[in-house]
Parts: sequence; structure tokens; C-alpha cells
Amino acid sequence: MSNVEVLNTRSLHLKEVYNKHRFKKRLFVIILIPIVILLIGLAVAFGSADISFTDVYKAIFRRIVPSLAGGADAGHADIIIWKLRLPRILMGLLAGVALGSAGAVMQVVLRNPLADPYMLGISSAAGFGASLAIVLGVGVFAGPYLIIGNAFLFSLLSSALILALSGRRGASPESMILTGLALLFFFQAMTTIIQYFGDSEAVKAAVFWTVGDLGKADWSKLAITAPLVFVGEVLLIWKSGDLNIMNTGDSSAKSLGINVQGTRIFTMIVCTIMVAGIVSFTGTIGFIGLVSPHLVRMIIGTDNRILVPASGLVGAVLLVLADTIARTILSPVILPVGSVTAFLGVPLFVYLIMKRKGGLA
Amino acid sequence: MKVAVEELFYSYPGKDVLKGVTLGLVETEIICIVGPNGSGKSTLVKCVEGLQHPRSGRVLFDGVDAAKLSRVEIARLIGYVPQSSSQLFSASVFDTVMMGRKPHYSWRCSDEDVDIVSDILQMMELDDLAMDDYNNLSGGQQQRVLIARALAQEPQLLLLDEPTSALDISHQLEVMEIVHELVHSRKIGVMMVIHDLNLASRYADRIVMLHNGLVYAAGTAEDTLTEANIEEVYGVEADIHCHNGTLSVIPVRRVSGMRNPVLQAAGV
Repeated sequence: MSNVEVLNTRSLHLKEVYNKHRFKKRLFVIILIPIVILLIGLAVAFGSADISFTDVYKAIFRRIVPSLAGGADAGHADIIIWKLRLPRILMGLLAGVALGSAGAVMQVVLRNPLADPYMLGISSAAGFGASLAIVLGVGVFAGPYLIIGNAFLFSLLSSALILALSGRRGASPESMILTGLALLFFFQAMTTIIQYFGDSEAVKAAVFWTVGDLGKADWSKLAITAPLVFVGEVLLIWKSGDLNIMNTGDSSAKSLGINVQGTRIFTMIVCTIMVAGIVSFTGTIGFIGLVSPHLVRMIIGTDNRILVPASGLVGAVLLVLADTIARTILSPVILPVGSVTAFLGVPLFVYLIMKRKGGLA
Repeated sequence: MKVAVEELFYSYPGKDVLKGVTLGLVETEIICIVGPNGSGKSTLVKCVEGLQHPRSGRVLFDGVDAAKLSRVEIARLIGYVPQSSSQLFSASVFDTVMMGRKPHYSWRCSDEDVDIVSDILQMMELDDLAMDDYNNLSGGQQQRVLIARALAQEPQLLLLDEPTSALDISHQLEVMEIVHELVHSRKIGVMMVIHDLNLASRYADRIVMLHNGLVYAAGTAEDTLTEANIEEVYGVEADIHCHNGTLSVIPVRRVSGMRNPVLQAAGV
């Protein structure tokens, strides 16, 4: 072979390796989607009332196309599935997607492998808003959305404050993390003061609210969170290519034509609104947003265009699994899912860190 | 592409870094910017790259004011090689070099981009490392990857900020040879900040010596690297020899007391 031919075959080989690598990454997402759908069915089937796996899909199918399956059947199983389990599991799915994707984005944007979706004080501010409503009965909205509205508005307020304050210092990751931390302590202190003066039943309710729980889910709440998460997810995936380049550092990214500050603030706002929306309905569900991105990175690497959606799907799988355990392990007692995610996540996470020599990255 | 830097002023709060720097660069020319720490070398490169905005003065690319160009337009003209670049979550070498194609595509790369990157990887002899993690490479390999990434931008000007400072002598020569070869094969201009005066004298077509934010001397190595200039600018007495047609600078000792900037500032 001549030199040119050798070069050509090497070049072909290189491209082949790269394209195979790219295909593998996409395959991971393609495989995750049926897993999630299967898991929904399984999770609905598990619970204190016995329902078979096939009944679940029959019930779902009957609702979607009533004419084909001989009309809607309002049986016992049907009510449990539609009124209780399915909204709960779908809320878990949405929360998992939002937390997983937001976590992946936050870690890159804040240049910190420990970052999670609550980094900008979202959870403590939401907890403060909720306590305000539960203990003192003070809120912006009246009626059923008193607590939820308060939690949502205060978490937005907290993030807006952080962006405004750190924006004056060029919106650097360090200034965002530090102001976030400061506000976290501030809102925690405020919550403590309110709870100190509240009566014990209300304080108990307020504390329970902050532990993440999917039990409050119903279809009307899903109708609010689903579009929120969907739009947020699309926007984050749209920016994910730029995030890849921001991973190499701000000045590198700028020299490659990326509007670093603009992208940082834009993605932070999207994450905040999405996560604040979820937190207001479920309370703080920890660990999903931290673990899922690292899990996915260990499998497919750091390409954010795949990582952001994949980490959302893995977050959904983890959260729905954790909730299924929470519902069944002490049946008929249902544990809040927020307490189970850490039980599930911590051993998994520590195992992966120990197994991998090169650290988190 | 012709590059012209006109009367550039830049100051940090409380300190003037550039006090009216003017220089020009044509195609297939290597300009080395030398000078002591704090003389404004890196700031000058960052102003040309548009990472920092001068207080006054202009940078012109073929007569077009750089301030009027968008970040993406500048990224298509200039390939910037930082001193070092660490990635928080390590991408593969192939993906890192592919980032250089970003100014040319919007969301996803085409087969043509894959072709360009794999050609550059071969040229830079990085093809065996293509699927390795960038963070696991040695300093010299990382530097080559960063140069490859800048080449993937298909720039007309290559800006390098101390490309050899982290490298051993063999890799220093390797990087300089690569740059020298590229200038002629790709008809691009190179502007390089460098501390090593001997490498500068060997590879530069022109040397620009900065001192206190001003161009102290500019021209060939013979014109600029004189014993008098080095004593004035660095405060170091040096022996300068001509060896095989290249100047080599051997620092002998610091000129005592007088030029110590701390003492100078204190009015001693």
C-alpha cells in the first residue's frame, strides 16, 4: 500500500470508531424510553391493592380508546389506577425528568460536580413559602393553591435575587454558588423563626411538606407541571450543545463563539422555573438531581446533548423506583419518597465512586 | 488576513496595562510577543481575541473593526490556544477537537465536520488518542489537542498564549515546529506570547518586546534581543551569542536593586 492509501484507511477507521461511539450514545436514550414506559406499568401494578400488570395496560388502553375496548369500565381496579396510582407515578416521572436534567445542566453551568437543582436556594425558599402559608396562613393566592403558589413564588424570588446579585459580578459560577448558599441559610433561619412561634400541628404539617412526597399528585396538578417540564426540557436540550463547550472553561468557550454569560443565565432561569414548579407540588426530593447525571456520565460520557435528556430519563426511572419502594416496603404505610431516594441513592452512588478510580469526571 | 492593532489602551481598576500599543501582522508571519511578567502580553492577546475590551484603540481584521464583529464571526477568524484548559467533565479528544467546528455549525455537526476533524487529528498525530479522555493526557498532548481544536476553526489567525510554558524541551520544539509548518501550509498568521527568548529568536519572523504597557522594541531578533534592551526591559544582564545563525540569550545576573519594581513604586 502507498502512503496515501495507508492514511486513507486510517482516516476511515477513525471516522468509523467515532460514528460507532456516537451511535452508542444515542442507543442509550433509545433503550431508556421503553424502559420508562414498562416501569410505569410495573409501578402502577405494585401496591397494597393487588392489580395485575396486564390489567394496568388494559385500564389505560380503555381510557384512551374507549370504543375499541368496549366502553369505559369504572371498576375497582380502574379507580385505583386512574385516581390514585397513575397521577402519582406520572408526577414522579415528571419530577425525575426535571430534576435529572436540571442537575446535569447545573453541574456544567456552575462548574461544580456537587451542584444539584436546589443549588440556587430553591428548596429552602420553597420551604419558607410553604411554612408561611401553613403556619401563618399568609399567602399570595387563596384557596387550594395557597401553599403551592407561595412555595413557587418564593423559590423564584430566591433565584432571581441570586441572579441579580451575582450578575453584578459578571455572573461567575463562584458568586452564584456563594450567594445561593447564603440565601439558603437565610431562608432556613426565617423558616425556623416562623416554626418556633407556630402551633405544633401546623409545624408538623410544615415539616412534612418539605419532605418530598408524591401523594398530593392529581390530574389537575399534572396539567400544570407537564407543560412546564416539557417546555423546560426542550429549551435545555436546545442549549446543550453550547454547554459542551462551556465545560472547557469560560474564556475557551467565548473564543469558540459562545455567549457564555447569556447561556449561563438563560439555562439557570429555565432550570429554576422548572424545578421550582416541581418542588412546589412535591416538596424537596433530594439526590435524584445529583446522582442521575453522574450515573449517565459513567455510562455514555460527557456529551450534554445526550446527557441532558438521558439524565432526565434515568432520574425518572430512579424516582419511580424509589416511590414504588416507598409505597410497598412498609405497606399499608406509605413513606414519603424523599426519604427513600437517599436510601436508594447513597449506596449506589458510593459504590460507583469506589468502583471508579478516576474520580467523578 | 491582515491584522492591525491601533493605539490600544487597557486598564484594570487602578492600573494601566496597555498604554497605546500599535502593531501589525500579515499572512504567513509569526510574531512573538515577549516581555516581563505584567508587561501586558496576555492582555494584548485577549484584546485581539475580544475576550477583553480595550478602553480605547481598535483592532482591525482586513480593515474591519473587531468591535463590530459578533463572537461567532471572530471565532471563524481567530483560533485561540489558551495556556492550558481544564475540563470539568472530560470529553474525548475527538469531541474536544470537534468543538472547534462549533462556529461553523449550529446544533449538530455534519459528516463534513467529522472529515475535517479526523484529518486534523491525523496531521497532529493525535489519531491514536482520539477516543481517550482529554483530562487523562499529558501536558504536551493537551497542548497539541488545543492547537488541533484551534485549527478545526479554520482560522486565519492563530493566537497562542505561552504554548510552551508547561512543556519539556522536546515538546517545546515539537509545538513550535508544528506552528511554523502550519503558517506556511495553511497561509495563516500567528501571534504568540512566549517567555522563552531563545525559542522566540529561532521561530519568530518578528519579535515585539513589551515593557510597561508599551512596545519597547519591534523587529527581527537581531534588532530586538540586544543586551541593552534586555537589561532595560527585564533588568537582567545577558550574554547574547550567535549560534548557527540564531541568536541565543544567556541570562547572567539581575541588575542590582535599581529595577526592582516594588522598590521603584515605593520611591526608593
